[in-house]
Amino acid sequence: MRAINEQQVTSPAATPGTSPTSADTAFATAVRLTDVSKAYGTGRTALLALDRVSLTARDGEFVCIIGASGCGKSTLLNLVAGLDTPTAGEVDTGGRRVGLMFQEPALFPWLTAAKNVELALRAQGVPRAERRAQTAELLEAVRLSGFGDKRPHELSGGMRQRVALARALAQHADVLLMDEPFGALDAMTRDLLHDELERICAERTLTVLFVTHNVREAARLGDRVIVLSSRPGRVIAEYDVPRRGPRRIDSPEVANMAAALTDRLREEMGRHGI
Amino acid sequence: MASDQALQGLDNLELGPATRTGRSPARLARKAWTAAWPKLLAIALVLLVWQIVHLTGWKKLVLSPPSAVLSDLWQMARHGQLWAAIGVTMKRALIGYLLALIIGSVIGVLVARIPPLRAALGSIITGLQTMPSIAWYPFAIIFFTQGTAAILFVMVMGAAPSIANGLITGVDYTPPLLLRAGRTMGLRGLALYRYLILPASLPAYVAGMKQGWAFAWRSLMAGELVVTIVGAPGLGVLLNTNQSLQDFAGATSIIIVILIVGIVVDMVFTKADTALRRRRGLLDPSLPA
Repeated sequence: MRAINEQQVTSPAATPGTSPTSADTAFATAVRLTDVSKAYGTGRTALLALDRVSLTARDGEFVCIIGASGCGKSTLLNLVAGLDTPTAGEVDTGGRRVGLMFQEPALFPWLTAAKNVELALRAQGVPRAERRAQTAELLEAVRLSGFGDKRPHELSGGMRQRVALARALAQHADVLLMDEPFGALDAMTRDLLHDELERICAERTLTVLFVTHNVREAARLGDRVIVLSSRPGRVIAEYDVPRRGPRRIDSPEVANMAAALTDRLREEMGRHGI
Repeated sequence: MASDQALQGLDNLELGPATRTGRSPARLARKAWTAAWPKLLAIALVLLVWQIVHLTGWKKLVLSPPSAVLSDLWQMARHGQLWAAIGVTMKRALIGYLLALIIGSVIGVLVARIPPLRAALGSIITGLQTMPSIAWYPFAIIFFTQGTAAILFVMVMGAAPSIANGLITGVDYTPPLLLRAGRTMGLRGLALYRYLILPASLPAYVAGMKQGWAFAWRSLMAGELVVTIVGAPGLGVLLNTNQSLQDFAGATSIIIVILIVGIVVDMVFTKADTALRRRRGLLDPSLPA
């Protein structure tokens, strides 16, 4: 447990983003949330989804966000993606392009896998001549070269999710937001996709905000893990996950980290149990 | 073991062995027979019951036996009069339906896109759908006078609401998740419609077109019976003539032809609908085509 560098954030007013470990000045900040709150509805019935959340992610950093139900994880990603605006506070991505991936692949069922990827390129204004080459390259990146002409319903869940990843990459995103992207997959497929995602991120210097319910997944993938409280979502803890060579889901350091995260999450859930 | 190799292996395992896609003549023939025999049997049963009723001597003076009707049909087919009538009617059907398709689609897109227009027209469109087309004819004949224009007007009034409603339903039922994906991808405004909303609404649109055809065909038949048209006779006019001549066999023959045309066009729509759903994985693959 010594290996884990934990910073407990006791009051929501504290700003973990400015703590010495996470604000490494060698890298530019890719995503910065400053005191971001989001409420749905108004007056008495208003529901506060996020409460003064501050966090940062550096360029190329893999940040996992974990929390129990009702922690506003999806709201957070929508705000960063610009699909929604915060009630208070500021979201700054420094003009970086943001791609979003969901738990469901959300592929267009009338298009083949390749055409799905190509449509994202078209929406970006990539000229027709370059689209084919780029599509082939992206499908190669997710190891689906031979499956470009298949329609989504002809592919397995894991393959569909990789097409969705290729499509998100086609948006020329610098920041990839992932909303429980592997939540609906079986454990074996998920393990393999962790390896793939790690490889792809390393090849492209992607900044990733990865939302998950799965503590092991967070410990396996993250350079940093942020724990959110529930109703409203606040940052309650932040863990740096030291990286010493390749990780596996069953590595001891991943298991240790997962145990620490589980304890912290249970403590938070217990708060709502009374 | 390298993880990407394991991944490739898993992909191959999950897709399973290649499915047979044989299109041998024997397979096609067997498929055609499977589809055809229940229909043939149904027709044979109808003819049998008809023959039995004829043999009982009920309504002896008017009720011709099936053999008489079929030979009448055969005579009409041989003398070209029937084909000319089918040609005249189908030309009207095509023009009227295309008009309805264009008008219905334009109204559908506008109503789906513009909220005040929907508030104003949404329920009127549904109301028009329930309006029996024959009720339009007095109005149409007064307004357009006797002639093809009156028929085309009623066909459009019958078919366009179904087509518009199909399109509106399709737009409304575009999955929100796909909309979210499309917006993240950078699809906005017209591009969002062209690449996402319209393709997503295609199945409901085709269903609306199919229903629209049924309405258009009914309106057309009613029109050819009710409206006086100068020029070559269509199917409805032949039917009318048969009625005047008290020709049971002739009238029945024309009814059979009208039924067959309706069924054939409906089959075309069903085929398109099935192909569409198969492409999108909305069809149980184990079902026969």
